Amino acid sequence: MTDRSVPVPAPAAPGPAPLLSLRGVHQVFPGARGDVPAVAGVDLEIRPGRALCLVGESGCGKTTTARMAAGLADPTAGSVRFRGRDITAMDKRERSAFRRSVQYIHQDPYASLNPVRTVYSTVSAGLRRHRMVADHKAARRVTAELLERVDLTPAADFIDKYPHQMSGGQRQRVAIARALAMDPEVIIADESTSMLDVSIRVSLLNTLGRLRDDLGVGFLFITHDLAVAKYFAWDGEIAVMYLGKVVEHGPTPRVVNDPRHPYTRALISAVCEPDPDLARTRERVRLRSADIPDLTALPPGCDFHPRCPLYTPGACDTRRPPLVRGHDRLLACHVVGQG
Amino acid sequence: MTASPAAPAPPQGPLLSVRGVDVGYRTGRRSRSTAVHDVSFDLHPGQSMALVGESGCGKTTLGLGLLRLLPRTGVVSAGEILFRRKDGRTVDVRSLAREELRRFRWSEAAMVFQGAMNAFNPVLRIEDHFLDTFRAHERGRARRRAGIREESAALLEMVRLDPARVLGAFPHELSGGMRQRALIALALALKPQLLILDEPTTALDLLTQQAIVERLSELREELRFSMLFITHDLGLAAELADRVGTMYAGRLIETGTTRDIFHRPSHPYTSALINSVPPVSGDLVVPESLPGGPPGLSSLPPGCSFAPRCRHAVERCRETRPELEVLHTRGGGLSHAAACLRSRELAAEGATRD
Repeated sequence: MTDRSVPVPAPAAPGPAPLLSLRGVHQVFPGARGDVPAVAGVDLEIRPGRALCLVGESGCGKTTTARMAAGLADPTAGSVRFRGRDITAMDKRERSAFRRSVQYIHQDPYASLNPVRTVYSTVSAGLRRHRMVADHKAARRVTAELLERVDLTPAADFIDKYPHQMSGGQRQRVAIARALAMDPEVIIADESTSMLDVSIRVSLLNTLGRLRDDLGVGFLFITHDLAVAKYFAWDGEIAVMYLGKVVEHGPTPRVVNDPRHPYTRALISAVCEPDPDLARTRERVRLRSADIPDLTALPPGCDFHPRCPLYTPGACDTRRPPLVRGHDRLLACHVVGQG
Repeated sequence: MTASPAAPAPPQGPLLSVRGVDVGYRTGRRSRSTAVHDVSFDLHPGQSMALVGESGCGKTTLGLGLLRLLPRTGVVSAGEILFRRKDGRTVDVRSLAREELRRFRWSEAAMVFQGAMNAFNPVLRIEDHFLDTFRAHERGRARRRAGIREESAALLEMVRLDPARVLGAFPHELSGGMRQRALIALALALKPQLLILDEPTTALDLLTQQAIVERLSELREELRFSMLFITHDLGLAAELADRVGTMYAGRLIETGTTRDIFHRPSHPYTSALINSVPPVSGDLVVPESLPGGPPGLSSLPPGCSFAPRCRHAVERCRETRPELEVLHTRGGGLSHAAACLRSRELAAEGATRD
């Protein structure tokens, strides 16, 4: 990476100190056709009881960012800090505590649960591993409590089931119960509701919302669905990523109801609303090109300029716009950034 | 696209007329489970109809059944699927013999399957998929390779793909959106009158989905084919359809124009589905949650199959199974009908909307 911009502080979010913070993290994967800068300088902060939503198209680096935040991948540059401590500098004991405190819920509940383990075995594995329960009886009791907490009630009906005996929504709840078993301070949810039916999605989001509000769990919530992001993080923040960089980051109501970056505007205008009149009358943002540039051959200047409807020759195709703070959000655009 | 109801019904009647169709799967030597029960609807030329519902409601089974593309254990066990062919004759798809069926598929009605990756043969170039399609399904003499190539290129251009790059490519070399567009071009190769699309944009990114939806609407205007598409995304249905059918537990429980369904839904299930989608514009709206799931096919409740999950269910709902009842009569298959014992009283109370 040639342009390593100065880390920008996240928008002044009122509230407690961040639990987990990413400072200028980069992730470069070596590829056959050259290095792939999957994440190129991202700054994020996750606070207790708050949700931060990361949105963007596939391949924009959302999952890579989440994996670095969870300590599942080491950033090639920059740092991830948990309670102010760099996670790469942690000793074994600290690392183990960090692993317990930051839990990851994967996208696909059909792939993330071991098919030959019962719900009890899956949910209590961490409890037993970390010796958080005294014996088998206690493990079953704690597992049942966890299942109740994620609305798998009565727990006795589910505790001895195998994943194939459950629906997708129920499996995802088991995955959440497994994460909760570790009494986490941060949950990283990677597209955790996108594979589910709309009807189930809302109740799962409500379950996660209760963990956030009642237990004060901080969330890094990854989704490509802006409507879901809006609902889950109304009191939190949204960061929009494009080709490995954050292009707009601010309080959810501001970003969703008054998007400024042309990419955010395009994303929001592409959401299909369940209202035929609205669908046919509202304005669409027309992109100049539907194709996402290759990460190995990024365009000069702003990464979005080959697709941007507001592109003006000059700064856009020569200089990469830095992420700068406006009065209510951070924005990386030469055209709308000045206003 | 104009406001619904879109296409005025041409005088010659429906293109596809589905009458009392049951689709079942063989589950053992003597046992069978019925996944689609007694579905009837008329699709007129130029219409675009969306089938919506949760997973496991029989949408895909119905779509496959209409073209007799069901897996080996599946069978259309009752009813008629009447289709008016290009030459004006009406045939029952159920009675077509093997060779006739092969000619029927693709040149009269084509299907775009869910998951564009699995629909292509991974070891064949896109070009060869077109070649195979033309050779297998086109009526008349076999054509030269060059002629087919030229036509394939034109089809790809129609969906805004660059033929020079795509024709010689293998499926894995294309992005998800490009594959889906190539698949649509392939489905339109023999100018079918009906296109059935199963979750056409589900796995795609928002902006790619938008590009495909827009292109499909334009193509429908240009080529005047009818569309039946299966989706669980209600936003997509609002955008792309002029009429909607809601399915629940294998039955069509509400049908009407897109406006009817989204502005005046008359079945509590349809309203619950619509209200469970959080909107992206405006202030925060708390979506309705619809706990539970559709009943298993082998354990359907005796009365209304939605009654156990329904907020408005009363005693008689658990005993009597409601039939599809016309609430508002319109021509061209656009009548508004719902299968709910309480639809009229609930509409009067304003309970089925919001």
